[in-house]
Amino acid sequence: MSWYAAIGAVEQGLLYGIMVIGVYLTFRVLDFPDLTVDGSLPLGAAVSAVALTHGFHPLTALGLAMTAGFLAGMVTALLNTKLQILHLLASILTMIALYSINIRIMDGPNVSLLGVSTMLDVMPDLGVTGYWSAPLVFGLLAISVTVFMIWFLHTELGLAVLATGDNARMITAQGVNTHHIIILGVGLSNAMVALSGALVAQNQGAADVNMGVGTIIAGLASVIVGETLFGRGGITRGCIAALLGSIVYRVAIALALGIKWGAFAFTPSDLNLITALLVVGALVTPILKKKWTRP
Amino acid sequence: MIRIEGYTQYFHRGGVNEIRALDQVDLHLAKGDFVTLIGSNGAGKSTLLNGLAGVHRADEGQMWIGGRNVTDWPEHRRAACIGRVFQDPLVGTCASLSIEQNMALSFKRGQRRGLSLGVKQQDRGFFREQLQILGLGLEDRLKASVGLLSGGQRQALTMVMATLIEPEVLLLDEHTAALDPKTARQILELTGQIVDIKQLTTMMVTHNMAQALAYGNRLVMLHQGRIILDVSGEEKKNLTVEDLLAQFYTAQGEAFASDRALLC
Repeated sequence: MSWYAAIGAVEQGLLYGIMVIGVYLTFRVLDFPDLTVDGSLPLGAAVSAVALTHGFHPLTALGLAMTAGFLAGMVTALLNTKLQILHLLASILTMIALYSINIRIMDGPNVSLLGVSTMLDVMPDLGVTGYWSAPLVFGLLAISVTVFMIWFLHTELGLAVLATGDNARMITAQGVNTHHIIILGVGLSNAMVALSGALVAQNQGAADVNMGVGTIIAGLASVIVGETLFGRGGITRGCIAALLGSIVYRVAIALALGIKWGAFAFTPSDLNLITALLVVGALVTPILKKKWTRP
Repeated sequence: MIRIEGYTQYFHRGGVNEIRALDQVDLHLAKGDFVTLIGSNGAGKSTLLNGLAGVHRADEGQMWIGGRNVTDWPEHRRAACIGRVFQDPLVGTCASLSIEQNMALSFKRGQRRGLSLGVKQQDRGFFREQLQILGLGLEDRLKASVGLLSGGQRQALTMVMATLIEPEVLLLDEHTAALDPKTARQILELTGQIVDIKQLTTMMVTHNMAQALAYGNRLVMLHQGRIILDVSGEEKKNLTVEDLLAQFYTAQGEAFASDRALLC
């Protein structure tokens, strides 16, 4: 793998890492498997792209994308809590609906951002140039989001979110309406995912309705890889592991795509297979480790 | 303090399995009353407690806690005035959170939760002080995960958490039934101690008649969704397990007799 490709992979890991923090919040903290993300990632991309082409400031575009993501998450959570639809199904319904909505927002399947000023153009000059500037900007953003999540989960409200995922009967007996907490948590998660989508679109210069396919699997793979490599103890560790897991995942994918055996080489369409194998590997490793270390 | 009037609760209403768990129950508790609730399986003891806590919505009747009509309040809203300890020691606490995080959660019971720090430095001293009452050494393990504690330790912690903010009524639903005899006795003694110190209005469900006699100033026996015995004060003190058994069999006998009358 070339130096350039390695930096590209780390950059992707940071960008999608924001999405992974969101997936961590629903999947691990709230115990709410949320497939909305396959729709809210392109939703964030679509909203921010349309906002940018209409002349909004890149930061405003990110804010609008996050608001849209939050609303999408709210819809899933409302379907689940108030209408008592199974969480998995509720999120699939929102995801499917978002496909149509995203095309409506963009007035087509994609929007190009060529010649439009994006986050990278408005960030203050950090004194670095060339292909180091993007990873630095996205790294700062990803770290800010991770720190925000760690802080939030240590607040009174954050503790209630943790308790809702752990023991709903307990936290209800402490006077918390778990419906409100689930709506807040899933909303927040999808706001993160939409932010990630918006940044991905700004980075690659286009928003596309199909860019969300497989987001949840990539997110879960990153969370699981992170846990396997960096441990699960505590919220702070969990959030950091999720971000690092995202980077490792993207680098691993880039490495796999670089493999060549004579005439055989992986193509980007093999990505889903590689991801599935990676997740299986990460899930099986601890079990095998236990077996091997037994005297 | 607590007023329950004409409380009727059905399960599976309208279906073939319809059960009338409670039938026109009236119960008034004065402030500081410690009521022990006994009765056979299916008598409606837990239903009465859960009904008051808001787990079920009453089919008929009205309930008041401290003068407020709470009949239409959902469970999480009633939690503001109710402390609860459950039969299953795993239900009262969060296993993945630390002791201090669990205590911080119940220290906000019924209040707005904001964005200030969840576990506050200034509360830790108070938490330690409260845990010292237990004599289990938990005050030195504030950061330990609750999942590491035994069932008895978790139940003791739940007991402290339920009374961290003084509840208007404390509901104990067979909270020693899942523990070994020694731990059960300790938790029960602790219950008596905490209720005594804080002068709490309490309802305790138990299967153990000796316990029901030893604790509290009032005893209520339920049978088939109705209150069949309600004694307090001196009268309760003079009651024996034999008296209770006699009452119990009389009630069952009547039911048996009426069944026979129906069949013959």
